[in-house]
Amino acid sequence: MTLGQIIALFMGSVFVQNFIFSRFLGLCPYVGVSKDTPSAMGMGFAVVFVMTMASAVTWGLYRYVLIPFDLTYLKIVAFILVIASFVQFVEMFLKKAFPALHRSLGIYLPLITTNCAVLGVAFLNITQFETESYGFAKSTLQGFFAGIGFMLAMLIMSGIREKLEYAEIPEAMKGLAIVFITAGLISIAFLGFSGFKL
Amino acid sequence: MGQEETNNTGYFKELSKGFIRENPIFILCLGLCPTLAVSNLVENAFGMGIAFFFVLLCSNITISLVQKLIPDEVRIPCFIVIIAAFVTVASLLMQWLIPDVYARMSLYINLIVVNCIILGRAEAFASKNNVFRSALDAVGMGVGFTASLFIISAIREVTGFGTFLGFRLIPENIKPITIMILAPGAFFTIGFLMALFNLIRIKKGKVSK
Repeated sequence: MTLGQIIALFMGSVFVQNFIFSRFLGLCPYVGVSKDTPSAMGMGFAVVFVMTMASAVTWGLYRYVLIPFDLTYLKIVAFILVIASFVQFVEMFLKKAFPALHRSLGIYLPLITTNCAVLGVAFLNITQFETESYGFAKSTLQGFFAGIGFMLAMLIMSGIREKLEYAEIPEAMKGLAIVFITAGLISIAFLGFSGFKL
Repeated sequence: MGQEETNNTGYFKELSKGFIRENPIFILCLGLCPTLAVSNLVENAFGMGIAFFFVLLCSNITISLVQKLIPDEVRIPCFIVIIAAFVTVASLLMQWLIPDVYARMSLYINLIVVNCIILGRAEAFASKNNVFRSALDAVGMGVGFTASLFIISAIREVTGFGTFLGFRLIPENIKPITIMILAPGAFFTIGFLMALFNLIRIKKGKVSK
């Protein structure tokens, strides 16, 4: 891969096709953990790590196991099992290394398993690179950049939500309603990237 | 409706709680990703709703049947594998029956496997209740989900395309609000609908301050 292709992939998955704002993947942790910046950051790092690793591993699994044995219809089951075991690993690691972060992530950490962004990037890699060679580097990078895009979205939202605490919001809009409206406004800004070509 | 719920022996309650009181999308705020992604056309929303309904019903029934066999420690992986199996079935069936709708949203059909509503119902309900109750719960939740999806997609298609299921509702010369079928429209629609649900709850005095 040339540097230009890498930059194009980066812009594409972080800004143009941001997982949250244009693909709607991973919304549950997005609205759940974005209340304050430290947990948003922790969740973001966990997702970047899991997404990168999951892309790499599902690539190998698909290319060397599912395709040769003609088992591609099993991809849903196979991918979800790989991702679930990875999340388990990350959880054990965080519990040992960063107990405070582990506590603040709470329930959302095991929920990365059911984070559609992680499984989504694995499926996207397959469908997107089907025509081309479905390369290892490309898939892994796409996973990594998509994770960065997710983290960016989390950080923007957590910054806004910290300020929203002090805003006067109509009673009915409190809670998730205002979060979604805010997400819509950010999404309009991200729509501005959609004409972007490299 | 409130009167009936208390009279019947809880079965109706099990069925109806998914419609409004515990509506998976607007009240529980679960399963939002496919909701927002496929709700730009009513046709897509129906495809998603049916696939979702099928998977939820089958997995709820299966899980409530095998709940005694699954050890507590590994229940989540077991649930996921059961759900994944039914998603594979649904995805293959859709590929065969409605290939053009499937082609548009294959990613989100496959992602039903990680839909929090289905796993949530498996964990919170089907693994603790008998088959009949679990099936009722699945039907209620499935109808609630499909109906919510239908409302969102109807709003977005009418305002964004000026059509409803392909039929033109708003005359050609009135320019549709294109942003409603793009990503931001989805966020706005669900945001305002949630606010509406909250408003209704506040008006009814159900929210204790």
